[in-house]
Amino acid sequence: MSTSSLNRSGFGSPVPLLAVLASGLVGIALALVFFVAPEDADQGLSQKIFYFHVPIALTAYACFGWGAFKALLLLWRKEERYDLESYVAVHQGTIFGALTLATGSIWAKASWGHWWLWSENQLVLFLVLFLFYSAYFMLRFSIEEGPRRANISAVYALFGIALVPVSFLAIRLAENVIHPTVFTREGPQMTGTMFFTFCVAWVAISALAYALYRLELLGKRLDSNLRELREALSS
Amino acid sequence: MTFLADVATLARKDLRLELRARDTLPAMLLFVVSTLVVFRFALPEGADDVAAQGLLWVALVFTALLGLARAWAPEREGGALEGLVLAPTDRSAIWLGKSAAVFIFLCALDAVALPAFALFFAPVNLSTVAGVLLANLGICAIGTLLAAMAAASRTRELILPLLFLPLAIPLVVGGVGAGVSAEPARFLAFLGLYDGVFAILCWASFEYVVSE
Repeated sequence: MSTSSLNRSGFGSPVPLLAVLASGLVGIALALVFFVAPEDADQGLSQKIFYFHVPIALTAYACFGWGAFKALLLLWRKEERYDLESYVAVHQGTIFGALTLATGSIWAKASWGHWWLWSENQLVLFLVLFLFYSAYFMLRFSIEEGPRRANISAVYALFGIALVPVSFLAIRLAENVIHPTVFTREGPQMTGTMFFTFCVAWVAISALAYALYRLELLGKRLDSNLRELREALSS
Repeated sequence: MTFLADVATLARKDLRLELRARDTLPAMLLFVVSTLVVFRFALPEGADDVAAQGLLWVALVFTALLGLARAWAPEREGGALEGLVLAPTDRSAIWLGKSAAVFIFLCALDAVALPAFALFFAPVNLSTVAGVLLANLGICAIGTLLAAMAAASRTRELILPLLFLPLAIPLVVGGVGAGVSAEPARFLAFLGLYDGVFAILCWASFEYVVSE
């Protein structure tokens, strides 16, 4: 086993460090959100969820983008490792997408008294994306492992990145004719402390996503190395 | 020019197969009429024409799915896809040929569905027809590619709707908007944009779906 593959199997991996860093940052962000950032004059305590909802949503986009980027690399360079990287990024994106739906729904309930609002464009977009990427997993796990599966998953992941702006446009268009806007989220201007808190929370959530991405990648690679080893031993 | 000739040959092959076997198009036509009749009873008394417009699009999308699920059946059953992939032509020609055939099926479908809708529900305006034609382009481009993906999986018929429906949402928005909005041009332009973006993406990526 070469050194690089040893490294990729987890020896001397930065994952523990990343995990500590991410949890530290999330702790700081929590402290800032609850003890430093001023309470919103209009929405009160429920506005605090904004500091998590928006960074989680942005992180989900980043994960989908990263997954599509790795998918492009796979199609371009035909290296097997990009397949797993693209899959793990999409997986993390879907988890963060589900969290976006959950936090958005809680916020909608707290602010407007409804668990779901079709007038919330971003939330509707995440619902569409969530459905789209859920189908990604169905597709991936119903094709036999191999280069064909890698290619098909990659093409589908690339479609996702085209779907984001197209769906957003569609939802905006639909809003005007099919569902008139009832509520608008005209947030009051953010103060400096609020903006700072938001940035820290964003960095923290991104670090958390990256740590989870590396952790899952590590686990999946260990799995496949172990399987190879077992096959080599049994044959 | 050989590329276009290949595409035409492939599309002609599909149309000839359909003319001889007649196993997809009649089923689609019967399905769309049955669906419209079901919708007539699903709509409560006093529902307006705008609601019916939405249902027209549900019927069209689901019927298209029925046809798309069969799109690669002849190749799969005959084991012909490997042969096509090995043929000395650009692989996107396979996609384009299949899409052209599916487009013709969809137009035949609309030739029955729209008059039936006008008969059962409300008259169809010109912008709805334009919207349907533009949506057909998007459906055949993206549906053919997704059907090829689904054909490679174990759960073919089951997975195609899951792949297709999230991508069809913008088409439904554009189509319904074109039908009911006072300024349909924006929605038609959006449908054109959708067709362009996804046609290019499908054209570029089809090769990877059928090859290893």
